[in-house]
Amino acid sequence: MRHYVILISLLVLLLGLTVWITSLDWIKEGVYRPFAWGDIANCTKAHLEMVVIAELIAIAIGVPLGILVTRPVFRKLTTPIIGGANVGQSIPSLAVIAIMAPILGFGLQSAIVALVIYGLLPVLRNSYTGISNIDPAIVEAARGMGMSRRQIARKIELPLALPVIMTGIRVSTVITVGTAELAVLVGGAGLGRITLAGVYTMQPLTILQGAAPTAALAIILGFILARVEGGMTSRGLKVKAEMA
Amino acid sequence: MLDAWQYLIAHPEKLAGWTLEHLWIIFVAIVIAVVLGVVIGVYISGRGKEHVADTILYLAEVAMTIPSMAIFGLLMLLLSSVGLKAIGFLPAVIALIIYGQLPILRNTYTALQGVDPAMIEAGRGMGMTEKQLLFKVRLPLAISVIMAGVRNAIVLIIGIAAIAAMIGAGGLGVPIFRGLRNARLDLIILGGVSVSILALLVDNFMGWVEWWVTPRGLKER
Amino acid sequence: MIKLDMVTKVYPDGTEAVKNVSFEIGQGELCVLLGPSGCGKTTTMKMINRLIPITGGTIYIDGVDTAKMDENALRRDIGYAIQQIGLFPNMTVGRNIETVPELKGWPENKRRQRGEELLKLMGMDSGEFIGKYPRELSGGQSQRVGVARALGGDPPILLMDEPFGAIDPITRVRLQDEFLKIQQTLKKTIIFVTHDIYEAIKLGDRIALMKEGELVQYDTPADLLYNPKNEFVENFVGADRALKGLQLIRVKDVVKASPPTVKSGEKTEIVRERMERAGINWLAVVNGDGNFLGGVGKADLGKGDSVGDVMSPSAETATANTVLNEVFSLMLSHGLDNLPIVDKDNRLQGVISFDTIRKALVELTQRGKTG
Repeated sequence: MRHYVILISLLVLLLGLTVWITSLDWIKEGVYRPFAWGDIANCTKAHLEMVVIAELIAIAIGVPLGILVTRPVFRKLTTPIIGGANVGQSIPSLAVIAIMAPILGFGLQSAIVALVIYGLLPVLRNSYTGISNIDPAIVEAARGMGMSRRQIARKIELPLALPVIMTGIRVSTVITVGTAELAVLVGGAGLGRITLAGVYTMQPLTILQGAAPTAALAIILGFILARVEGGMTSRGLKVKAEMA
Repeated sequence: MLDAWQYLIAHPEKLAGWTLEHLWIIFVAIVIAVVLGVVIGVYISGRGKEHVADTILYLAEVAMTIPSMAIFGLLMLLLSSVGLKAIGFLPAVIALIIYGQLPILRNTYTALQGVDPAMIEAGRGMGMTEKQLLFKVRLPLAISVIMAGVRNAIVLIIGIAAIAAMIGAGGLGVPIFRGLRNARLDLIILGGVSVSILALLVDNFMGWVEWWVTPRGLKER
Repeated sequence: MIKLDMVTKVYPDGTEAVKNVSFEIGQGELCVLLGPSGCGKTTTMKMINRLIPITGGTIYIDGVDTAKMDENALRRDIGYAIQQIGLFPNMTVGRNIETVPELKGWPENKRRQRGEELLKLMGMDSGEFIGKYPRELSGGQSQRVGVARALGGDPPILLMDEPFGAIDPITRVRLQDEFLKIQQTLKKTIIFVTHDIYEAIKLGDRIALMKEGELVQYDTPADLLYNPKNEFVENFVGADRALKGLQLIRVKDVVKASPPTVKSGEKTEIVRERMERAGINWLAVVNGDGNFLGGVGKADLGKGDSVGDVMSPSAETATANTVLNEVFSLMLSHGLDNLPIVDKDNRLQGVISFDTIRKALVELTQRGKTG
């Protein structure tokens, strides 16, 4: 309940700021005007598109790869891939984005590649931990009862790892929404354009006109994905939390 | 790559300057963040503070989901409305302190909560005061987990400090932005690579500090 | 029937976990694999359902080489229960038990029925537990469900790896007793791994004692105790092996004849005469229906007129199924020379004395020495 109060107050603040700034006549009397509602709507749409595309690619790569490195056949890849993901996570997002310019040039594809790379890490890591943290006794019992590898993966491992994988996807999505704001620097679209205009003119109100709806978007997406996560978690895994 | 190298050879003092600026910002921010985070963490881990703890930890968690530009914008607005300097060092440091809170606060809280109650009871049984318990039993046992939180916080704010160059805070974000604005690939590479190396170095260094502050009896091997 | 023929396990790094182990387990027998940790007992067991691939020798089940069978089909016909239980936390107790039936493609109503039946067999209320999740169960309950799940597909063979190892001693004893009772009706062929000599003696029809990958002795519990093959076996069973043997004997094996009794209404004078004539110092007192009331010693007889006035009512009794070490312990701790044996309606079945126990033990020891 308290959580909802915090969340809703924050959303009201962020959206209220957006509405207020957009309704102003001038950001700076006679010099800068606020962006129009149409700009905000278009930028939000572009922002969402970019995030969704990048996130879907990150999931499509990260989840299978994370699961694959838990299989005995690919044991050799575990350390380089998971270790690499851990190291990669400490590299600043801005550096990942900026480096795309010399490699791929300026443009939407650079922005999306940067977002995929940065968003991939939590998905990859959580998919790996989700599977490898399953109590080995559970898998052994399943094998001992005559389940095939496939049946174990589908009936036991995936359902047990799903909550952890979903957490990774949620964290990754929230990060990507924020990182996407910086991706305009290498040619991305979205609300970052408004923010960047504010940065170049050093107008906090213009910065907020782009950044506040971005923040609201991150919070809303995070909330929705948390609910999805809860819905996908097997009831048997929740009972402990209820008892504790 | 080669251009970046040539630039570095030509202007080593510039890179040194940006690096020092960067380090100074994160140093000021982390010192304040640690003091604040540990004090709040200790406070909310007390008995009967469960609701406060829940609220504060959730606030810190939500703050993390807010992209840095929104925090910068809000701080600039707030600071200028109270007549303080709204760009540069001040809003950057405050934002970094806010972002550093969650890892430090959460780890302090969970580490203190995780101390075996039997040890606390043993301490009480020997006649330790609550203060002695905190400094002689609970904090030493929790220190390595707290340090792990500090390590996460530092790595995180190194990255955000780079973004803070956008609001005039200086540091290694400066060559990145200047490069991106003027399509100077050498500056982009120089800034991007330097800030990444800095993050990895500090991460490793903090890993060592984490090990070093762990009481000997708790060290693995 | 299971037959192990020169079974060997060598790991890629050269470690020999199991060396040329051969033995047979008869239909319906409970064979305990016993030994210190690292002796290869678990490895041996897991080679039977091929969780660990065999590197030498052959394992036959009913004459068929298991290496030639489909491993998943093989496992579906071998129940498997382990110490860590490994219940699937995302499935209800019912779904857990129905795992193998489902894999075997049983129709749904038959699966459901099987689940309820097995919970009942384990002494659990199926209505209450079938819809619960593993995390809502206590340790003992989880272990029962684990055994029920192993029995799910009605396999003729059961492999059990220290299934009662992680439970508190009181619950463990209760589960062992229940398990023995269940096995008496099911008559499965069971391979049971443990490092606990008491558990091995209590449960096993035969015990395979292993050491460093080799089979040291494969014998009945009595032979292992009283006819140890070498010093290792002697040390492993312990210096108190004679006492441990008491676990092998039940009251019904040694107490047969119906005992002399007195009625509570009889006069003490007459009873004294009877005792002196028979040369005994103690008699059990019963009522008209043969229900046990207490005991009366010769020394007490002077204290009153009728037996009912002087007898000492006794709460301590044993049943025909009690093992002798429990009888012995009861008698020692309550300072009794005689312990009455009663049935479930408290009707007197017999009386056991220290002398009976001593004789039984001598006989057991002799049997071991000559056999």
